[in-house]
Amino acid sequence: MIEAKNVNFYYGDFHALKDISLEIEANSVTAFIGPSGCGKSTFLRLLNRMNDLIAGTRLEGSCLVNGKNIYDKSVDVDVLRKDIGMVFQKPNPFPKSIFENVAYGLKVNRMGNKAEISARVEQSLKDSALWDEVKDKLNKSAYELSGGQQQRLCIARALAVKPSVILMDEPASALDPISTSKIEELIYNLKANYTIVIVTHNMQQAARVSDKTGFFMLGELIEFDETKRMFISPQKKQTQNYITGRFG
Amino acid sequence: MEKAKHNETELKALKEEMSHMWRLVLSQLQKCKQAYLTNDTELAREVISREKRVNTFELKIDSDCENYIALFAPVAVDLRLVLSLMKISGALERIADFAEGIAKHVTIEDFHPITAKLKEDLKIETMFDTVISMLSDSFAALESENTKLSGKILQKDDEVDTLFMEGKEFLAKYVQKESSYSKCVLETLLVLRKLERIGDHCSNTVEEIVFYIDAKVLKHVKSRE
Repeated sequence: MIEAKNVNFYYGDFHALKDISLEIEANSVTAFIGPSGCGKSTFLRLLNRMNDLIAGTRLEGSCLVNGKNIYDKSVDVDVLRKDIGMVFQKPNPFPKSIFENVAYGLKVNRMGNKAEISARVEQSLKDSALWDEVKDKLNKSAYELSGGQQQRLCIARALAVKPSVILMDEPASALDPISTSKIEELIYNLKANYTIVIVTHNMQQAARVSDKTGFFMLGELIEFDETKRMFISPQKKQTQNYITGRFG
Repeated sequence: MEKAKHNETELKALKEEMSHMWRLVLSQLQKCKQAYLTNDTELAREVISREKRVNTFELKIDSDCENYIALFAPVAVDLRLVLSLMKISGALERIADFAEGIAKHVTIEDFHPITAKLKEDLKIETMFDTVISMLSDSFAALESENTKLSGKILQKDDEVDTLFMEGKEFLAKYVQKESSYSKCVLETLLVLRKLERIGDHCSNTVEEIVFYIDAKVLKHVKSRE
């Protein structure tokens, strides 16, 4: 589904990712963990070309999604980002109504008529486990929602355009335990239809939601394995030191 | 870093608690051997009365492990250690139960006709020495975090099993000749059975230590070398 082959990435002279190769299966949840500055978010952002927006960066190697190199010149980045959605650390709804937030991508991409858009908005809100909480106030501002609801709205917005992959960069780090648990439950349920890649500082969250975990340190992918194995018997000393809190 | 230190202090305390329990159970087993071989009822009563202390250790270690899991959410080697300690404390408690059981035999009058010659024929001292060495070697493995000797310790369990089977055969023949000693023979068979079970629990502790240190599961594996 997603395949990175010998990926090296540079911010100017800084070598941020060193020879990363890995494969992510479809309909799975993959978590990336590691200390700040280890390259996990940089790697995540490579997967929908968010790093293209940063001047002075350079990529070597290839990133394939469904067998196609997403850095190929023929790739339309807007189309790519529709297929590979992203949810950020801080909920970032548009200053619009709840309905318009979810409908935005559909309208911009001219995906369907009014009735189809309404149906898709409803389905996306149901898929993001928000529908019951907002169905009676779809025209209210998204800013009236709580932080946890706003984050689920952002997930609904990403789901609306029917992506195959959803990238999540610390999606629950700004949320309370109840909202966090809702997001985790959501991630678990979304796996049936989407491929999810999540970056998190919360190791227990990685352990709870993911099928596979990758541990990054100083730009290297130290270990990439099944989550259960990573958290019971990691093969590398560095992984063990990090997840048991002995790092540094 | 602060959290790591706190975490490590707690783990160290848990391990120390386990060391105390282990030493107590080892001493129970050694005393029970001496009481049995010399028919020392006084020493046997001491073993029986100290059994409660082992139970207290088991409860304390279980509760400390539960707290550690709840408060620190351990993973990897730390998780394996806590899980192992919980199981080891159960195994040690069972070993101490059997030691108490053997001590109780010593205090039973029906048991006294058993002669030193019969004990020798049954190689009961060898059985005692083998399980004691299993228990002390596995303790050393945990203390040094070295599982090199685990294969040898597990082999000793096979030796104990063989001694038990041979002893059982011997007693079957013995009771035919000496039918007036039948009650004593039954008591002796129960002692042999307890020693055989102690060997099994010693094996369990080694398996847990290997799980903790090497992340390998030896349970129910036929060839454990």
